Amino acid sequence: MRIHRPANILPSEITPRTVHDERRAVLKALGLGAGQLAIGGSAFGLLDAASAATNTAANPATATGRAKLATRPSPYSTREAANSYTDITTYNNFYEFGLDKADPAANAHTLKPRPWQVTIDGECGKPGTYDLDTLIKPHALEDRIYRFRCVEAWSMVIPWVGFPLGDLLKRFAPNSRAKFVEFTTLMDRVQMPGQRRAVLDWPYREGLRMDEAMHPLAILAVGLYGEVLPNQNGAPLRLVVPWKYGFKNIKSIVRIRFTEKAPATAWNVAAPDEYGFFANVNPDVDHPRWSQARERRIGAGGGLFAPKIDTQPFNGYATQVASLYRGLDLKKWF
Amino acid sequence: MVLTRWDGLRYALHAALMAPLLLLVLGAFGMAGQSLGPDPVETLLRELGWWAITLLVAGLAVTPLRQWLKQAPLLRLRRPLGLWAFAYAVLHFTVYLVLDRQLAWGEVLKDLSKRPYIMVGFAAVLLLLPLAATSTTWAMRKLGRRWQKLHRLAYATAILGLVHFLLQVKKDLREPLLYAAALAALLGWRLWKQRQRAKAR
Repeated sequence: MRIHRPANILPSEITPRTVHDERRAVLKALGLGAGQLAIGGSAFGLLDAASAATNTAANPATATGRAKLATRPSPYSTREAANSYTDITTYNNFYEFGLDKADPAANAHTLKPRPWQVTIDGECGKPGTYDLDTLIKPHALEDRIYRFRCVEAWSMVIPWVGFPLGDLLKRFAPNSRAKFVEFTTLMDRVQMPGQRRAVLDWPYREGLRMDEAMHPLAILAVGLYGEVLPNQNGAPLRLVVPWKYGFKNIKSIVRIRFTEKAPATAWNVAAPDEYGFFANVNPDVDHPRWSQARERRIGAGGGLFAPKIDTQPFNGYATQVASLYRGLDLKKWF
Repeated sequence: MVLTRWDGLRYALHAALMAPLLLLVLGAFGMAGQSLGPDPVETLLRELGWWAITLLVAGLAVTPLRQWLKQAPLLRLRRPLGLWAFAYAVLHFTVYLVLDRQLAWGEVLKDLSKRPYIMVGFAAVLLLLPLAATSTTWAMRKLGRRWQKLHRLAYATAILGLVHFLLQVKKDLREPLLYAAALAALLGWRLWKQRQRAKAR
């Protein structure tokens, strides 16, 4: 269901009423006025009070106690109503913390998102291992409100904070042999207890073709609702590729590698007939076990009786990305 | 009719088996601190299906347990288990039909013709119908020995239900496999018993 709003409202200004009210209520309970809000040290060292203040519409003072991020709106954001913070942070597939969707919220506290290092290597001119804060410092953070479509046929609208993946990749001078980018999640059985069981071939790996990775819609996310990303959503650094199924959006990234051949990806290795390398959202290509024609929008009005919505090709981003796949048989390369 | 402690147990069992349903209904209305979570339809499907299969397997365990513990009246607990298994299975199917597929018959037909886990699950619900219909004492008497034969279908439904469970799990097979092991043990025990009896003859 598309919710139409007047065009003069910036997408990034939209905060669901319930979230807004919740936050106001907590602030009131705490006896805090907006001006008295004490903001803790920023994990990114990017926070400055002035820009935070100008962004109050995008980033209302929140009740989570998480560090706020200085962001700017993006034309790529959808105008659809975003899901509540609670929905987004308590309904997660993050098998490193358990297989139930409520598990990551309960268990991800063992993850230590700082300090964090990311290795960038493979077919590029400037390989190396970088501290995360150094790595992302040159990039201006944007609010990117994207549709998120899980391969399990449910969806949300999520206000990410991030920056274009391509901008980061370019800095490391990929060479002519760099045809793909491979991403790897942290491998640490103490921080990620779910890795003690061989549910998937750990660590989780994902990959994009170079042109997909360079597309302006593909971002690396570091935040959610204007704040630092919670652990269960893939802190401190995750991929968001909104025209693909959710499992492509690898979380808690520690390695980015440029490769000549298509990298092996976690779900494709686990069940190649069910999860392809491309994993583009496609209502015409069913999962072998269920239909992908429609999706259940989590938190949609109507509760139990909320009508399902039709799934859009490329999750509604076809005008921007369909050209990447011209001539490709999408039924074969699902 | 004289009430025995077994009758008390039977009533308590009925109440206990109704409780999960009550909690789900409260959750659907957000009452009494209950909630179905961000994806309520999914929660309903999963919970109702889980109770159906669990109670089916529990019902099949009654006879072995009765003989092992030498407590004949235990048999009286079988009907509540079976009936509630049926109730949860029908509700599970109804939620699929009304809330999940939202009565889109085209989709339902496609599911039934194309998707093995739906076919198998549907067959399991269908097979439960004659069992529920003949669950009364009157039907038991009327059918006599044929009743027992008919109610061996309970094994078939449980197996179909488990296959349905196994087919849709994304990755974690532990639970369905545990149930499969329990079912195999129960079935194995039955077959072993039958052979013993055949030998004794």
